[in-house]
Amino acid sequence: MIRFEAVGLHYGRSRAAEPGAEVLRDLSFSIPQGEFRWLLGPSGAGKTSLLRLMYLAIRPTRGRLTVLGTEIQAARRRDLPPLRRRIGVVFQDFRLLPHLSAMDNVALPLRLAGRPEGQIQADVKEMLRWVGLSKKVTARPTELSGGEQQRVAIARAVITRPQLLLADEPTGNLDDEQAERLMQLFHEMNRLGSTVIVATHNDALVARHPAKSIRLSAGRVVNPPAPGRD
Amino acid sequence: MAAISLRPAGFDDLGLRRALSDRMLPLLVAAMAFLAAMALAGWIGAASLASQWRDGAGAALTVQVPRPHAPASQPGTSRLVSVMALLSGTPGVASVRALPEDELADLLRPWLGSGAERLSVPLPAVVAVRLTGRLDIPPLAQRLQAISPGTLLEDHGVWLRRLSALAWSLQACSGLALVLVATVAAAVIAVATRAGLSARREAIEIVHGLGATDGYIAGRFARRATMLAAVGGLVGAILAMPVLLALAQLAAPFSGAPAEPDTVAEMFGLLPPGLWLVLPGLPMTAAGIGFVTAHGTVRRWLRRLP
Repeated sequence: MIRFEAVGLHYGRSRAAEPGAEVLRDLSFSIPQGEFRWLLGPSGAGKTSLLRLMYLAIRPTRGRLTVLGTEIQAARRRDLPPLRRRIGVVFQDFRLLPHLSAMDNVALPLRLAGRPEGQIQADVKEMLRWVGLSKKVTARPTELSGGEQQRVAIARAVITRPQLLLADEPTGNLDDEQAERLMQLFHEMNRLGSTVIVATHNDALVARHPAKSIRLSAGRVVNPPAPGRD
Repeated sequence: MAAISLRPAGFDDLGLRRALSDRMLPLLVAAMAFLAAMALAGWIGAASLASQWRDGAGAALTVQVPRPHAPASQPGTSRLVSVMALLSGTPGVASVRALPEDELADLLRPWLGSGAERLSVPLPAVVAVRLTGRLDIPPLAQRLQAISPGTLLEDHGVWLRRLSALAWSLQACSGLALVLVATVAAAVIAVATRAGLSARREAIEIVHGLGATDGYIAGRFARRATMLAAVGGLVGAILAMPVLLALAQLAAPFSGAPAEPDTVAEMFGLLPPGLWLVLPGLPMTAAGIGFVTAHGTVRRWLRRLP
């Protein structure tokens, strides 16, 4: 369950910088566990900031945010790492570690979760095979194309079977076939119980996979899901 | 798919092998360890000399007996014989020896020249007393006065106090130098760690976002810093050895050891035993400073992340 209650966010809270204008304003909505949502809106609408709030890269500057049952403002710092390990994120810019191989990048969340090495190897090989990178396991990100890096990032996000899967423009570097394959993966994760939220500009993709959506405009939700529906 | 080792030895997820260089940090820590070895040698050497001075000057008395051949208050004996008999029978006295006239002349020669033995001035007899332990001086002086008026008793207390103060000052300076060296070493490690944090900021943010705890990230840095500091400490301690041996050889005459040892074992024997105990501790201490400093620096830095 994700719940936003009158959440606002502005950047520049450091002592040196004056608080800037709010990039997210008065967000109030909730997404039950196991739902699929598109996150839509023009560039600069606040989609990435909203995702950052949900994957705990930042805390809201006002309001109340609950992610996977944990109220974020009230949570102690040391409570957040275990919560982050229940969230998978596909970043727009991939955010792979350049000095690690594709295999080590994908294995990283499992290692952080303390999974035994023996189990990790089998799972990571299977995941890389699934995303079509079985021949690139030892390649570093700089040796991979944009699409291949995207697939490594996707494999890393789903390898732990997270309860919450967030994706920021995940198909931006993929061809249509790979994008469809990725959507199948997201739907499969959703079917297995994960909440999946995908931010995209790709209207054709949204049209092919109709689902509820959250539409942002200038930092506000313009179509909040009706409380009764969720 | 061919079997591939997922996690090679020394798996370096934060890329710290490049971020915390294995050149500059060990070199600087080695320099600190070298200085620490010198300071430790100063500390232990001063303590050793102070102990020897206490054992030497503190365990001896000098008694001057004026007109030694004059009759003592006890009839039938000279003053010197009476004094020596009294001293010999005093508990705590190990040995009593009256200095012969030629030895006395040798002592006076630096001040009175080669004609000291032909002086018309009557010289007192000098009795060297070795002690086995502490002795209550004032009652003994009173008893000596009673049998030989004018007898002086010198317990070397003034010299001993001065030597003790000197030794204490040397030890305090060495201790201060040790504290300074440890502080500088910690500062060097903190600066290197901060540079590593800046160089690996993005990787840290990624790993943090994937659910790494502060302890995990700090532990990675601390492990690397510990290893580099230990190597630096070891190199510094090894480099200090020849210098310490040369200093020990120079100081050997003051401690009664042979100035020019014949064997390697004798040469190494010149170093105080305490130094042999603390020198191997230098790499471990450097490693400890590296671990604590890196851990603390990284944990403080990580507080800026949510």
